[in-house]
Amino acid sequence: MEAIALEGTPKTPKVSFDSASGTLLLKGRSIPENSIEFYRPLVDWLESYSANPRASTVCEIQLEYFNTSSSKCLLDIFKKMEQMNSSGHEIVINWYYEEDDEDMLEAGEDYQSIINVPFKMIEVQG
Amino acid sequence: MQYLFSFIAVKLSRKNGFDLALLPVNFQPLMSTPTNHSSYDSGASNGREIFELYNRMESDKILLSFKGDVTSDLTASVLSIMEKRLMELNETPKLRKKIYNVMVECLQNLYHHIDSAPDSDDEDAKKKSAIFMIGLNNQGYSITTGNYIDSTRVPGFADRLNRINALNPEELKELYKEVLNSSERSGKGGGGLGMIDIARKTGKKLNYDFIPVTDNLSFFSLSISIDTEDNN
Repeated sequence: MEAIALEGTPKTPKVSFDSASGTLLLKGRSIPENSIEFYRPLVDWLESYSANPRASTVCEIQLEYFNTSSSKCLLDIFKKMEQMNSSGHEIVINWYYEEDDEDMLEAGEDYQSIINVPFKMIEVQG
Repeated sequence: MQYLFSFIAVKLSRKNGFDLALLPVNFQPLMSTPTNHSSYDSGASNGREIFELYNRMESDKILLSFKGDVTSDLTASVLSIMEKRLMELNETPKLRKKIYNVMVECLQNLYHHIDSAPDSDDEDAKKKSAIFMIGLNNQGYSITTGNYIDSTRVPGFADRLNRINALNPEELKELYKEVLNSSERSGKGGGGLGMIDIARKTGKKLNYDFIPVTDNLSFFSLSISIDTEDNN
């Protein structure tokens, strides 16, 4: 299937969903007014991907900011990962946060407590 | 008196005092009657009122102030201006991010409110207009918003805000996760997380007020403070 590759904008993140390597990247800012519109194609892509995923899929979340309307869409993405995980595929979600950014760490921990997928919290230099 | 500034940004530096940057969007003169003007003005003088407004903003230590339609472009401009200002003020990344996040939620609340306002004739203009201000005082930053809402929505909204204000940080975290994980969505996706998120990130009560304006309309104001000391 076709990869998704979107450049980042001031309000939307860089997206790289690559079925060949099984890596899913969201990087930058996610603060669109209409998050559902932005994330729908990504969730649809994951829906197709989950029918025949790689043995191992890594999700890299390198977000600097996200708004509350994006937070629900991120959960939709993680729920797809959870489905793949429960059907026996190896899934890891790498959650990056800048040192001292407790809010971003806490946001990752919120998802970790809701979603039954291994999360790895990775601190990076600001 | 009606102020017709579409966009005023005042740059503040703690060390250097104030200087003023006026962003050029539809500045229209204030209405006033010409009074004993000197030879140093055009006759239709409103300098006094502008000076008073300037002084008011200076004493309130306003960093940035906007009144008008909150659009997607406006949001982007305000965020970009404030991001630069916060760098110039040498705030820590932690504080800058917190302020940025709260600004995003506030501006998008205003944006979505405008989007969802039902069309009606003479009150329409009022409904679409909002005020957004950022101030800096000794404790830290304040973010103030104001907008018209239908009076019928006031009791439910106030009830929701009171419930958020009654929660401790741990309870707020649980409420956030509960609402995040619920299937409820607003038209554009947030589904009522914004205010919870603001309360959680600032660790402060949401300071709000509703003022009845007409039979059908009320003015909602929200004032949020972010302490510098807690976030260094």
